[in-house]
Amino acid sequence: MISLTSPVKTRAHDWPAGAKLGALCVASVVLFMTPYLGFQLAAAACVLTLYALPGQIFFRHGLQRLRPLWFFVLVIFTWHLVTGAALQGAMIACRMLTAVALANLVTMTTTLAAMMAVVRALLRPLARFGVNLRAIELATAMVIRFTPVLTEKGAALSMAWRARARRRPGWRVIVPFMVLALDDADNVAQALRARGGTEMERKQ
Amino acid sequence: MTQERSLVQIALFAALIAALGLIPPLALGFGVPITAQSLGIMLCGTVLGARRGGLAALLFIALVALGLPLLSGGRGGLGLFVSPTVGFLIGFPVAAFVTGYVMERLANLQAVLAAGVAAVVGGVFVLYAFGIVGMSVALDKTLVEAALLVTAFIPGDLVKAALAALITAAVYRARPDSVLSRA
Repeated sequence: MISLTSPVKTRAHDWPAGAKLGALCVASVVLFMTPYLGFQLAAAACVLTLYALPGQIFFRHGLQRLRPLWFFVLVIFTWHLVTGAALQGAMIACRMLTAVALANLVTMTTTLAAMMAVVRALLRPLARFGVNLRAIELATAMVIRFTPVLTEKGAALSMAWRARARRRPGWRVIVPFMVLALDDADNVAQALRARGGTEMERKQ
Repeated sequence: MTQERSLVQIALFAALIAALGLIPPLALGFGVPITAQSLGIMLCGTVLGARRGGLAALLFIALVALGLPLLSGGRGGLGLFVSPTVGFLIGFPVAAFVTGYVMERLANLQAVLAAGVAAVVGGVFVLYAFGIVGMSVALDKTLVEAALLVTAFIPGDLVKAALAALITAAVYRARPDSVLSRA
């Protein structure tokens, strides 16, 4: 599966993921605690510069990912034009765009492996309280592997439906889809058990 | 019930939520295409029960946060957690948990009725409660104003709750042992 990490290599790809996530937390809190238009515009300009530095492809790709937000920008502007506080509307819309863009920036410059390493480090103290870290890692790997498998099976069921009916597949197609997933789960669980299950680490 | 079976079911249902968002939108009875992702959240609860259903949804949003494009439309990443819809995302595991909890409480009721009630309570009430709070914070609106912004989507989700009930009942007929909320 493709992750959302940008294929355009930037210097930020090499920075430690934990530091990037920490900085993102601080920046987001500051953004939401400073309700001034001037500050928000300056912050937006900074983030825009960060997007522009790695080059045109990165810049365009980054802006594309903000597209679902334009709906909210529109709603906010209309709302505040009607209530007569357009400047406040501009501040809120600007803050929303900056906050999301900044968070996307971290996602775009951090590999899945680096993110996982941070999660692992954060979860390690929990192992003492009986949380099975190996089970969590195994589950993560299974989701990554099975999402495309299930998507393919779902698409096959839809196609089978279309071969028989003239209309688009309806909700009924989800029933065999769920049954398939439940059966798969039983088979995989048996296979997993036969190979040592979730307790491998403790036995070593 | 082995530990492995629970683990695999949690993982596969997390993948199922993603797959329901990735397959082409299904047509509802009256031809309106829907993405089935929030339907997946309800089904996690009604089929797997409170604990496993909640964990499946939690695993799903954790992987979205790590940067996998699992949300409908191939969206994902940390940006979603500061966007106006953050409440719905964070509400997913709680909604699945509550759906499963209600389902387990209503063990005496027919499967289709129990699943319907559970899906409305968890998948609509609880999910929208989170969604509205998230939107009010992100857009600096009062709770009432934020609620106004999302009311348009409630009828669609009520329809999904009804579908979740029918699907759960059908799955229960096909694989009674696998529907953990009733096992």
